[in-house]
Amino acid sequence: MFRFSGALATIFLLASQATYAQTLTPYAGLGRAATAAELKAWDIDVRPDFKGLPAGQGSAARGQEIWESKCESCHGVFGESNHVFTPISGGVGKKDSKSGRVAELTVGGVRSTFMKLSQLATLWDYVNRAMPWNAPKSLSSDDVYAVVAYMMHLNEMVPLDFTLSDKNIAQMQQRLPNRNGMSTAHGLWAVNGKPDVKAKACMSDCVAAETQVKSSIPDFARNAHGNLTEQFRLVGGARGADTTQAAAASAQNARRLAVAAAASNTASNLGSNAAGNLDATGAGATATTGSSAAQFVAAQSLAEKKGCLSCHGVSNRLVGPALQEVAAKYKDRADALTHVAQRIALGGQGVWGAVPMPPQPQLSADDVASLSRWIMNSALPK
Amino acid sequence: MDKTVIGRLRKAPESFLSAADIGAIQRQGATARRGFLRASFQTAMAGASVMSVAPAVAQSVPAAAPSERASNAKFVSEPGDPAILNLPAHSKGLGQPVAALAYGMPSKYEKNLQRRESPGLTRVSAASVSFTPLQGMFGIITASGLHFERHHQGWWDIDPTQHRLMINGLVKQPMVFTMDELMRMTPVSRIHFIECGANSGMEWGNVAVPTVQYTHGMLSCCEYTGVPLIDVLQICGADLKKGRFILAEGADGSSMTRTIPAALIESGEVLLAYGQNGEMLRPENGYPLRLVVPGVQGVSWIKYLRRIEVGDQPYATKDETIHYVDMMPSGIHRQYTSIQECKSVITSPSGGQVLLDQGAHNITGLAWSGRGTVRRVDISVDGGRNWRAARLETPVLSKALTRFNLPWAWSGKPAILQSRAIDQTGYVQPTYTQLRAVRGTRSIYHNNAIQSWQVGESGEVINVQV
Repeated sequence: MFRFSGALATIFLLASQATYAQTLTPYAGLGRAATAAELKAWDIDVRPDFKGLPAGQGSAARGQEIWESKCESCHGVFGESNHVFTPISGGVGKKDSKSGRVAELTVGGVRSTFMKLSQLATLWDYVNRAMPWNAPKSLSSDDVYAVVAYMMHLNEMVPLDFTLSDKNIAQMQQRLPNRNGMSTAHGLWAVNGKPDVKAKACMSDCVAAETQVKSSIPDFARNAHGNLTEQFRLVGGARGADTTQAAAASAQNARRLAVAAAASNTASNLGSNAAGNLDATGAGATATTGSSAAQFVAAQSLAEKKGCLSCHGVSNRLVGPALQEVAAKYKDRADALTHVAQRIALGGQGVWGAVPMPPQPQLSADDVASLSRWIMNSALPK
Repeated sequence: MDKTVIGRLRKAPESFLSAADIGAIQRQGATARRGFLRASFQTAMAGASVMSVAPAVAQSVPAAAPSERASNAKFVSEPGDPAILNLPAHSKGLGQPVAALAYGMPSKYEKNLQRRESPGLTRVSAASVSFTPLQGMFGIITASGLHFERHHQGWWDIDPTQHRLMINGLVKQPMVFTMDELMRMTPVSRIHFIECGANSGMEWGNVAVPTVQYTHGMLSCCEYTGVPLIDVLQICGADLKKGRFILAEGADGSSMTRTIPAALIESGEVLLAYGQNGEMLRPENGYPLRLVVPGVQGVSWIKYLRRIEVGDQPYATKDETIHYVDMMPSGIHRQYTSIQECKSVITSPSGGQVLLDQGAHNITGLAWSGRGTVRRVDISVDGGRNWRAARLETPVLSKALTRFNLPWAWSGKPAILQSRAIDQTGYVQPTYTQLRAVRGTRSIYHNNAIQSWQVGESGEVINVQV
């Protein structure tokens, strides 16, 4: 017994020493040193003081060439962004370059990138890390200098023959229109920062008895976010309003459906019930069944995977026309399937506006054919 | 009005409808329903002369308007509710086996509650946002599949065995960690809200969107599991005396970058998180690794986190210079505005709903503060004239959503519902008037004003500003 205790004590002593040793460096051995090549590959950020900026140069004229092949389809010939995206250029002038404050910002209206931009490093950094949209990090450093120089040219900072480089970029920062347009004098960065808006928690008779509604959604926009009936739960103290109808009718309808749903409880079998009736108008409901549904899903996921839906909505215009618009335009043509397939494969410009549709050489003939079929058939509402 | 009939026996013409009649009404659809009811009513009245009128059970409060009562209440003829008397298939048959769905899904009846985009808000769906359906959620945890999405250049499902985290900058030793190594460290699990800095941004100038999903749905709250960033920085020998800022960078196409002040990291709150609600992060939320920055706007919670750099000055990244800057009336932009100040919203009753009846309802909602815990939430049903404290449900956690509830008997008269939160620092959520007096109306970010929902006499609830 005594011998055992002694042995146990020894074990405890050893164990606690071991534990102690481990807690000194509990994470020893985790992680490894980064290599120089790894740091070079990933440490790409450029700070406002241009720390991290690689050596290089590019002219605005060269930038224009790159712009027209890689940037223009989204950002527009002049950086006005085809009225699709927020414009890169506009709203700034030589006077702003002098003052470092963009006068236009005190008025209203659209705010372009150059109206807000306060650091040239930020622009260089973002083009370098994230552009072009579908092939980020594919530009060389010299290309990035050139594209930035061209954007500066579009915003009246430099002539077209200007060459931007790591040597003169700090100087150019001093011409940036909104370089003095930022403030950090606020309490919203530090956790213990001081709030700028001070309210009091009044409990009674705080405002006039008759509350005045100053803003609400106009009736014509009731359904702008889709039918709200389909966006609320089927049980509870309320239902979603049927926004396909005027307000009064909608409220009555919501209640009616709720009662009908409760009443039809017993008449229902699996898959046929009150909820099913509501579903018939639901967002999730598709008119397709069985194998055609499978094809529909497959083609839709192909369209998603290949990036079609980044520029084309099924029913809404994005950068390009809605797919339903495409289907409607060509539905009466005998060669509709071939024509749409060709458009997908080869691209085009001018039919739906100025924004070009780039060719899609990466798509197989089968993919092109099934996308074309999907657009002409399934993408159309039944 | 006629509250005395709740749960009582009550005569009503609809009581005479059989289950088959009700089925017929269903088949004929909503438009034909009213005419059918009228016909049934006449039949019923004819029948009433030859037999005793069957009493009915009214199980819900009558409707606002007497004319609507017929179609609003659920009446059941003798001997009782067919939902009880006629056993449904699920009570008389064999259900589905275990693991019929290897990964479980919500009931098919819940499919109305989905993440949704706001039409026209963004130009392309790969750089867009989808909103959490706050109108239908309970408690404080956001189901991972309903967590709001914000992607800057599309989302990816990244192989975790190939993911790396690099630490460099003002450190003794720049290092690389695998997911294996990060997951061998001792983690913490904490519940925090994440709110996009642009949440409610569409409403700065006027009402623009109809429901709480769109006004406040860039908001979610999850339990995150991960390693405090400070632990990993210490392994690398970070010089936080000199390096008062870190840059966090993502591995996706946009390689999102944001500056985080060192003070937040030193508190141990900033996490390198891989867990979300008990499982790994969802791909849409940054699988396999994201930064969790409690109390700070979502854009700083870098997804697909690949690199942390320690530096001695802020980085003025794209989303700290072009976007996520708060425009003031002077035309000056406030830069590095990050803290999500105290805010609350009533999630039900809320815009886009129609209350089924007068009488008993529950006012429920969410409150949160980027500066700590929520101390109190007040509710007004008269547009901000009089206020009453709501009940805060547990848990009440720092920099997490807090659920509040308050029972409310709706009189059937118009009402304007508001909630107002106060956090542990004593900060009071402002009205639109108070907020705009300081910040104007042209900002996009950090709108934490009191939300108003107007309940009309019809029971329809709409988004208003007062």
